[in-house]
Amino acid sequence: MRLRICAVFFLVFGFSINGKCQNYISKTGFIGFYSKTPLEDIKAENNQVYAILDPGNHQIAFALLLKGFIFPRELMQTHFNENYVESDKYPKATFTGVCSGDMDLAKEGIYQVVIKGNITLHGVTQPLETTAALEVKNGQILGTSSFRLKPEDFQIRIPGIVRDKIAKEIDVRVQITWMRT
Amino acid sequence: MKKTFFTLAFFITCFQVIAQDKLLESVNDSLSAGAQTEYVTGTFKALYIVNMKTVEAPAAGALNVEFQHRFGTVNSGAYNLFGLDFATFRLGADYGICDRLSIGIGRSSYLKTFDGYLKYKLLRQTAQSGRMPVTVSLLGTTSYYTLHFDQSESALSNKYRFNYTAQMLIARKFNSSLSIELTPTFIHYNLVESSADKNNVFALCGGARMKITKRMSINVEYDYLFPNQLVSTTDPPRSNSLSLGWDIETGGHVFQLVFTNSQSMVESQYIGQTVGTWGKGYIYFGFNISRNFNLKPHDKPKT
Repeated sequence: MRLRICAVFFLVFGFSINGKCQNYISKTGFIGFYSKTPLEDIKAENNQVYAILDPGNHQIAFALLLKGFIFPRELMQTHFNENYVESDKYPKATFTGVCSGDMDLAKEGIYQVVIKGNITLHGVTQPLETTAALEVKNGQILGTSSFRLKPEDFQIRIPGIVRDKIAKEIDVRVQITWMRT
Repeated sequence: MKKTFFTLAFFITCFQVIAQDKLLESVNDSLSAGAQTEYVTGTFKALYIVNMKTVEAPAAGALNVEFQHRFGTVNSGAYNLFGLDFATFRLGADYGICDRLSIGIGRSSYLKTFDGYLKYKLLRQTAQSGRMPVTVSLLGTTSYYTLHFDQSESALSNKYRFNYTAQMLIARKFNSSLSIELTPTFIHYNLVESSADKNNVFALCGGARMKITKRMSINVEYDYLFPNQLVSTTDPPRSNSLSLGWDIETGGHVFQLVFTNSQSMVESQYIGQTVGTWGKGYIYFGFNISRNFNLKPHDKPKT
C-alpha cells in the first residue's frame, strides 16, 4: 500500500515538476479576426497575446486584452469595445486547452494537432475544438490555427440595423511564436 | 488494485484541471504585469453634447462631417407649425490631425457666421483608478459673422465681426453610462451691443450624458453666463442656454435630437446671446447628424 501511495505521489509530483520548468511562452502572439460581408469588411488584429505551451502535457493557455485589438477604422474600435464586447466589464478573453495528436515537441518538425478546450469571451465560456499546426524549429515552436466563432454564442448582441454588415461567423486566425523560458 | 487505479485517475484528472488553471493564471499574471497605462475611451458618443463640444476628437486621419439643424421656436404658433417652418443650420467638418489634435470649420446661417477652431487633448483619463481622473481638452474658437451691418454700424471695420472663445473642457466618465463635462469659458467680443456690456465675459458650461441603452443616451447641457457682464436689454430678455438631447448611434452615424433655447450653434453666440427662456416657450427643436469618414487607416491603439 505504501508503495502505491508513493507511486501516486511520484507520478503527480513528477508531472508537476515536468509542468513547471520548461514552459514555452510568448508575449507577442498574434490573433486577428476578420468579417467579410458584401456591405463591409471588418478586420482587427492584436499583437500582444500572451500564450503558454507546456510541452510535457501539451496544455496551452492564452490571454489577451480586448482593447489590444486594432481596427483600421478607429470608430469601429470604439464601437467594438463600447457596444459589442464591453471591454470595461470584460477586459480579457482567455483560452485553455490541450493539444492532441502525433507530436514530439523535443524534435524538429511540423505536427498537425487537434486542440480542444474552452474559450472565454464577454463573460461566456464556450467549448472550442480546432486543428492547428505546431512547427518546432531552432528551439522555438511556431503555432498557427484558424477557426470560426459566432458573436451570438458569446451573448454579443448585434442590432438589426448593422446585422448585414457583420458576418454570422467571424474568422479568427492565430499565430504564436513560443520561446522556451 | 481498483482503488489505486481510481485514485491515480482522480489525481491525474484533478492535476490536469489544476495545471490548466495554473497555466491560465500565469498568462493572466503576465498579462496584468505587462499592461500599459490604459486610457478611457468613449466618454461621449459625439463631438457635441448638444451645442457644447465634448472632449472627444476624431482619430488621426478621420473626418467628421456635422449637420446641425434648429427649427424655429415652439411658441411661434400653429400657423408656423410650432417653429417647423423656420430653419437655422450649421454645416461643419472636423479633422483629426493626430489623435490628440483636431481642427474644425463651420458655417451657420445664424448671422451668416463662419467659425473655426483647434482642439487639443491635454490630459487623458486613465482606466486605473488614482492616476488621471479626468480628460481635459483645450479649445480655441474664432467666429466671424458676415451678415451685412445695418446703417448705424456701416462705419465699423471688419474686425468687429470677430469673436474669440477659449474653453477648457474637463470631462470624466464615471462609469460606462454616465459622463459629465464641466467647461470654464472665456469669450472676447470685439463688438457688444452697448458700452455697458463687457467685451470679455466668463461663463461656466456643464453637460452630462446618461446612456439608456448601449447605443442611446440622454444628454443635458446648461451654459451659465456669470451675471453683470452682458447687461443691455434684449427682446425677449437674455437667458442662459439650457438644452436636452437624445443620442442615437447607428454605426458610422450619430443622430442627436435636441431641444434648446439657443438658436445659434457657435460658442460666442449660444453662450452670450441666447434670448428667451424655456418657460416662455422659446424652445428650438432640432437635430445634429454626424458622419465619420476615414481618410487614412490608423494603425496604433487610440490613445
